[in-house]
Formats: sequence, C-alpha cells, structure tokens
Amino acid sequence: MRLLFFATLLISAAAIAYEILLMRMLSIVQWHHFAYMIISLALLGYGASGTFIAITKRLLQPRFELFFSLSALLFSVTMVACFVFGQRVPFNALEIVWNPRQFFYLAVTYLVFFVPFFFAACCIGLAFTCRRSYISRIYFFDLLGAGLGAMFIVGALFLLAPQNTLIMLAIIALLASASMGLMSTARRPLLAVQLVCLVALLFGLPQGWLDMRISEYKGLNQALQVVGSNVLMVSSSPLGLLTVVESPRIPFRYAPGLSVNTGFEPPEQLAVFTDGDSMSAITRFQGNLDALGYMGDVTAALPYALLDAPRVLILGAGGGADVLLALYNGAGKIDAVELNPQMTDLVTHTYADFAGHLYDDERITVHTQEARGFVARSKDHYDLIQVALLDSFAASGSGVQALNESYLYTVEAIQEYLKHTAPGGMLAITRWLKLPPRDNLKLVATVVEALQEMGVAEPGRQLAMIRSWNTSTLLVKHGDFSENDVASIRQFARSHSFDTAFYPSMPEHAANRFNLLDQPFLYDGVTALLGEDADNFVERYKFHIAPATDDKPYFFHFFKWSALPEVMALRKRGGASLIEWSYLILIATIAQAAVAGVFLILLPLSRIKRSWPPGTGTRMGSYFFLLGLAFLFVEMAFIQKFILFLSHPLYAIAVVLSGFLVFAGFGSAYSGQLAHRVEQIDRSPVSIAVAGILVVALLYIALLPVLFQQLMGLADSIKMVLSVFLIAPLAFCMGMPFPIGLTRVANSVPDFIPWAWGINGFASVMSASLATLLAIEFGFTAVVLCALALYAAAAAIIRD
Amino acid sequence: MRNAVYFVLLLAFNANADEVDYSMARANMVDEVHSYATLARDSGEEALNEDVMQSLGTVKRHEFVAARQQPFAYENRPLPIGYGQTISQPYIVALMTDLIDPDREFVVLEIGTGSGYQAAILAKLVTHVYTIEIIEGLADEATARLARLGYDNVTTKLGDGYHGWEEHAPFDAIIVTAAASHVPPPLVQQLRPGGRLIIPVGGRFMIQQLLLLEKTDDDEVITRQIAAVRFVPLTRGR
Repeated sequence: MRLLFFATLLISAAAIAYEILLMRMLSIVQWHHFAYMIISLALLGYGASGTFIAITKRLLQPRFELFFSLSALLFSVTMVACFVFGQRVPFNALEIVWNPRQFFYLAVTYLVFFVPFFFAACCIGLAFTCRRSYISRIYFFDLLGAGLGAMFIVGALFLLAPQNTLIMLAIIALLASASMGLMSTARRPLLAVQLVCLVALLFGLPQGWLDMRISEYKGLNQALQVVGSNVLMVSSSPLGLLTVVESPRIPFRYAPGLSVNTGFEPPEQLAVFTDGDSMSAITRFQGNLDALGYMGDVTAALPYALLDAPRVLILGAGGGADVLLALYNGAGKIDAVELNPQMTDLVTHTYADFAGHLYDDERITVHTQEARGFVARSKDHYDLIQVALLDSFAASGSGVQALNESYLYTVEAIQEYLKHTAPGGMLAITRWLKLPPRDNLKLVATVVEALQEMGVAEPGRQLAMIRSWNTSTLLVKHGDFSENDVASIRQFARSHSFDTAFYPSMPEHAANRFNLLDQPFLYDGVTALLGEDADNFVERYKFHIAPATDDKPYFFHFFKWSALPEVMALRKRGGASLIEWSYLILIATIAQAAVAGVFLILLPLSRIKRSWPPGTGTRMGSYFFLLGLAFLFVEMAFIQKFILFLSHPLYAIAVVLSGFLVFAGFGSAYSGQLAHRVEQIDRSPVSIAVAGILVVALLYIALLPVLFQQLMGLADSIKMVLSVFLIAPLAFCMGMPFPIGLTRVANSVPDFIPWAWGINGFASVMSASLATLLAIEFGFTAVVLCALALYAAAAAIIRD
Repeated sequence: MRNAVYFVLLLAFNANADEVDYSMARANMVDEVHSYATLARDSGEEALNEDVMQSLGTVKRHEFVAARQQPFAYENRPLPIGYGQTISQPYIVALMTDLIDPDREFVVLEIGTGSGYQAAILAKLVTHVYTIEIIEGLADEATARLARLGYDNVTTKLGDGYHGWEEHAPFDAIIVTAAASHVPPPLVQQLRPGGRLIIPVGGRFMIQQLLLLEKTDDDEVITRQIAAVRFVPLTRGR
C-alpha cells in the first residue's frame, strides 16, 4: 500500500502544480485572466473522471494497479503534449470580436487542456473506488500532495524556467506511474514505456516544441519583429517572465504623453517586457540631466511645475523611467517602490552601467515591495506620490485587462496614498487616454469618492487634470489648489500644447483648445462627477465608471450590458475598441463549461441504471449542485481577496487552493465524527457545519480588510503562513457538508452516488467562471454572501 | 445601384471568374464602407471623398493578404498579415485617406508599410508615396507586391520611420500606421505648412480613434482627435 500512497501523493502534487503552472504559462503566451478557466478545467477533469470510473468500474477494478499506472503515464505524457498542441491552436483573443471561429478555437483550447486533468483525476478516483478500505489514508495523501504541490510550484518557478518546470512535473507523474507499475501484472511492458517516456522527456523533445509561443500581438513579439532587435536576457520567477530587448538599429523611444511641441528625442533605451507585454524602459543615463530634456515635456511632469524640490514616492519604479522623471524635474529625495526584485536587479546590477548607476544616487532609495503594502506600513509623508503608468496602451485599449484585479486604483488605495502626502503635497496619476473616456473618468470617480469618505466637502477644489493626445495626468492635492497653483497648471499646459481638462473654477471654454475633441469629454465628465447629479451621470454613462473598491477592484472593467447592442452594431464602423472582448470570453467560458459538463459528466451518467424513490433525485441533486456552486464561490472570492494581501495572483492561488484543499480534507475526515455526535442530540450535522461556515465567513467579511491593513507590511513568507491559518477554520467547516450528504446517500440510495459526484462536479466546473463574473458585477462580498445563501439552502434541503 | 455600377465597371476590366467574384465582393465592401461613413458623420452628407471610394473599389485587397485570408479579404474587418501585424479595416483605411484630403499633386509619406495596401490606395490618388517599414519581412514582401501590381509611384524602404525621409521632404501628408508612444518631432518638421499628419490610435485589431495633426501656414501645430465612430457615451434624460 505504501507505493499507492506514494503514487497518490505524487499525482496530487503534480496535478495542482500543473494547474498553477498552466495559469503562469498561459498568462505569458496569452493573458493573465485565463486563471478562472484553468480552475474550471481541472474541476471538469475531476468531474468527468468520476463519471468515467462509475461507468467502467467493473472493467477497471480487477486491474487497478495497471490502470492507475496507465492513467499516471497518460497524465505525464498529455501534460507536455497538450501544452505543445494547445499552443498550436490558432486562438487569438484580440480577434474574437471579428471572427466567430475564435470561439471554436477557445473551445478547442478548453478541451485540450482538460485532458491531462482527466487522467490525473482518474488515478485518484481509481484509488478511492478500488481501495475503499484505505480511503481515509488515500485521502490524506491526496490532500498532503496537493498542499506540497502548491508550495513546490512556487519554489520551482523561482529556480526554473516554466518549460523546465513542466518537464519536471511530467517526470513526477512518470515516477507515480512507475511506482504503481511495479505492483501491476504488466510490470515489464509498462516499465519499457515509462523509460521511453523518460528518455523522450529528458532528451528527445524536438527543439522548439516547448518554447512558449507568445501571442504575436503582445508587445515583446512586436518589438522583436523590428529589424536588428534582439533579446539580451530572460529572467523568470513566479512574479513574471522578464525579457530585456535591445534595438540598436531602430531605437526604442518610449515617451508616453510627450508634447507635440517638444524638440527632444528620448535617449537610447532597453525595453523590459513582463510576461511578453507591459513594456518598461531602461533609459541610457550618464549622469547628464540635459540629455533627458524630453522628461520636462510629458504630462506626468505637471506636478513638478507646482512643487519645489519635492520628496517623491514612486509606486511602480519599473525600469526607472519615473525615477528619471523625478530627477530631471528636481526632486529632492526619491523613494522608488518596485514589486519585482528581478526588475530592480536589472537597473542596479545587470544594466547598471547603461542606467548610469541610477539607483546608487544618494537621493534615491529603492524598496522591493508591493506598493499598497509599502504605503500601508510607511510612516513617511511625501510632497508627491506618483503612480507610474506601467500597462501598455495596446493592453489598456483592447479590453485585455478587463478581468484583472488592480488594487492600485481603488477608493481605499487612494485614501491610503492621500494619508501619506504632506500638507500641500499631491498625488499624481497618469493614465492612457481613451475616447470616449473610460479609465480617466473612473479614476476621477474613485478619487472623488475617496475624498468624500475622508470628509472633504468640496473635492473639486483639490483636483486638476491635463491631457495630451494619448495620456491624462490627474493631480489630487492635500489641501485646496491655490490661484498660483492654477496659474502654474495653465502655464505648463499652454507651453506644451496640453489641454486642461479640469482645475478649480475652470471655465468651459478653457477645456478644448490644443488637441481638439468632438466634445470636451473629460471636462464634462469631471464636472458631472463633482456635481450633485453625479450618481445619475455614472448610471447613465455607457461605460462602467463607478468607483473601484478593494471589494470590486476591477478598475479596467468598463463593460455595461445595456451598451452591448449598440457597440456590437458599431463594430464594423470603427467601434471595435468599444467592446471588452475579455468579458465576452468570460461569458463564452461559462457557456462552454456548462456544455462540456453536460456532455462529459452528466450525459454519460444516464447510462447507469436509476432506481431511487421519486423526488430523491431532485432533492439530493439540488443539494450537491448547491454545494458545488457554493464551495467554489467562496474559494474564488478568497483567491481574489488574498491577491491584495499576498501581492500577486499566483501566490494567492497557490496558498488559497492548497489551504482550502488541505483543511477541507481535515473537515471531511472529521465529518463522520461530527455526524455521529450531533445525531445523538437529534440535530442535523449539515446545519452545524453550515452554521460554522456562516459565522466564520461573516466574521471574515467584517474583519479581513482591517486585518490585511494591519498585516500588509509583513514578509511574504509570514503572510503566506498567516493566510493558511486564516483559511483553515472556514475550509474545515466547508469540507463537511459534502461527505455528510454522500454518507446519507450511500446509506439510503447508493445508486445515486455517481450522480452526487457528477452533479457536484458539474456545478463546480461552472462556478469558477461564474464567481469571477459575479465578483466583477457585484463584488467579492456579494459572492461570499451568495455562497452563504446557497449553503443555507443546501442545509435546509437535507434537514427535511 | 452603386453596387451595380462598380460591378459593371470592374467586370469590364476583369475577365476571369475568380476576379469577378472578388470584384463583386469588393463592390459590396465599398458599398458597406460608404453607408457606414455616411452614418458616421453628423451632417449625413456624402461622407467620404469620391476618389477615395473609387480607389478603395479598385485596389485588390485580396492581393495584400495571405492565401488563407483571401476569402475574407473583402469583409470590412482587419486581417492578420503575419509578423504580428494587421491590414486595417477598409472603413478605417478609407477614413484615414479621406482625412488627409488627398490631391493629385500630393507627395505622401507613410510610416509602416505593412502589406502595402494603404500605400496602394494612396498611389491611385496622389503623385508619389514614400513608405517606410521597420519589419524586414514585411518590407520585402510589400516591395515585391507593389512592384508586381504595377504601383510604380510608390517607393518603399526598410528602416527607421522616426526620422522620416529627409531627402523627399517636405510632405503634403504623412500617415503613421506604426504604433507610436508620441508624435515623432522630425515628422512634424517634414510636414509642409498646411499639411496633415494622421495616426490611428489603438491596438492591432481595434483602432480607437484617429489623431489628425495639422500644421498651419505659420508652422503652428493643431491636433484633433477623430473618433472612428459616432458614439455618444451619455444617454439623454433619466
């Protein structure tokens, strides 16, 4: 049996590690928000394998070791093969509004990546089905494996490139196959195949098969097409794949928001791409500030026209562009915060000569930390807090970020920044300008709400905004703008042919002078957002511009269902950019998850003979359906919630997934004991468990924001351990309703067991994407409350 | 009616069956672009220059895309042309060409040759088109394609468009189809007084707006942002 436990642990570890790795790899080749789809895929694998085993049990049971070993072998092979094939599916997310075939390719991608999870789940399902007497220990190793796998993958991604990590996971699955193969009657042929696979994995994969085929429309590939450009170095970590590109023949000249009047040209630059996109520039600097003349002619230079030798905090230092901006414009002291240590390392070490040893300047202190965490912990006050423009215009403009959480631009974040400005100091945020405006107005709405919540009676007295043809810079002052300030703003704008979009007491005729728009959209919008009818304006605006909050941190989400018919009709008339395609993909994913669930989980089950009393199917089916939805709703909401605390989606996914799996497992193991105890006092064990879920979840809704605020500044490792402890009690309670229900079914209508698994799996497959949709529309708290209602309904069903 | 006129005209010059099919498709595309353009303008007047529409109806878009994209060549949408680039939506091409107000005497500079389609459209309207591409494969293909199709008033070059093409300056109009984080100052300098420079702003498959830069006779620069589509973000009333 030891070999079985060992193999179970390995498969479970490899499966969750593969799930997280796939999210990482797909966010490199495509975009970050496929995460919810991968979770749905993994669950589909488990659901479909349950159905498959229920149907083929009689055939598989006598040769359990052989089929376990084969499934593990296929898991190993398909892990690599499906990645290779999946990358060759010509899915182009950007083309989805034009080409309906892209929905087909999306479905093919979904089904291709489902296959490895199916085989992994077959191993675990077979072990449960065929070795019932060891079920609790198998379950223990399954969960232990999942926990270890999540930790392992985060560590592995620090040491290895994603492709090498993939090979390592395939070898781990192969090892599991070999372990079980030893107990099989077909030991020798299995061993031969396993050896062939091992050799193929280590030495035999053709050159280029595992190369990540980054979308040709991402910034990195666009840059590499330029004649003479080449990759200088690549560095990988769970925080991102950094690629440094030089283009000596046709230099990068990255200067967003540069005035059309400027006579300056940016110096030579190196481009740093994160996950193949989001370009940051390292600018050649030899200590001569005169070479940076263009830094005085961008909209982001506005605050320096109002402040004298300010103490500056830069959030998102990247390759140092905003640090140079501050230096050029006479900053006295600069604190630069950057999340990714590898990015800092490029400027401080690898390209230190190129960057002129910028970060050695005694005026500059670099902090490798997450921005919100740094600000929360800081006791300093700054004359200027500058939030850098780090996302690319293409990504910003094409709706690619719509499903990305961003905790940099929420009401709570703005309040935190403002609390750290000195009296008379200011917050400056530069964003890409879109027309009709979306994020620029959403930012103003967010700032206005932040100020109002802080007790500012007239927020408009503290706001100013200018715009170029492609950027806008918003200033929020700690205190009212003076007449001198306004004069400086107007002078700066006029001398650069920038338009003033808003300043206190600005007349309408001053709004649209240099860069002419059909209407003074920004002036009108900001004025409306500051007026008494602001709520009505937000309601009627055809994009979603209501303030982003930590509970609903989808700053880049602007989609409104009510505008869909109009924007779809305008698609061919140049209105394609009005459509948020990633939102459409989310809807398509939910639909395809439902279809796949029906065909791969539920329909095959109908072949099994049904013999249960009328009503049982509906009642118990509803119970397991509700549990499937509710569990994933909570899990997904907590993943999103912990992204703020743990600073990065990958950390949050690894910690929350493993935390939920392990402690739900403990809860499950304890459920039998609970059922036994409470039934003696004539109470429903499900009601007790659900009561526990309700109490803990409601407590967390109230306390987590405050707790996160207090603990944000701690080291990542400590925060991860704390997160697991926070998840433990909730997951423990959530682990109980399912096995209690299953035990009841086993005792009364055993034929219904495969249906219970199947229905629960089907609900889970859909709920991963559905939870994301609900979070975008209504916020995480609403998703959790919805889950609690579902749990309560489930408890009510089974109590009768 | 419009359709029929184009069809008859094109049929007269094209004998083989495939080309007839493309001619019909092209005529439909022109018709669609025409109807959209009329709707896009507040005035409701004939929106786009007749010459521009004629050029759109003559240039064989299917020659500017790969064989597997040819069946879609006359759909009013952007198409991939390899190298992570696209051939723009015909409606946007028409709008951009219209906005530079082309004249037979014009010498035009294009930054970002791509497949050469925009240059071909311009070639039928102006004296000469100079076009620069930074992607070697695209530059080679477009040069060969434009020569094969007989566009001998188009001169292509592989290189850096940022500094324009000094020896042929000043230009009456400049079209920048390559992504730019800012308007390159040398291009503004190479624009003749009264000339127009246009940049489509947005991602590869989604042009968001057009930046139109006009240089006055006094060398002052005025920019206008033209929405590709009339979309009022605010609904009236409560």
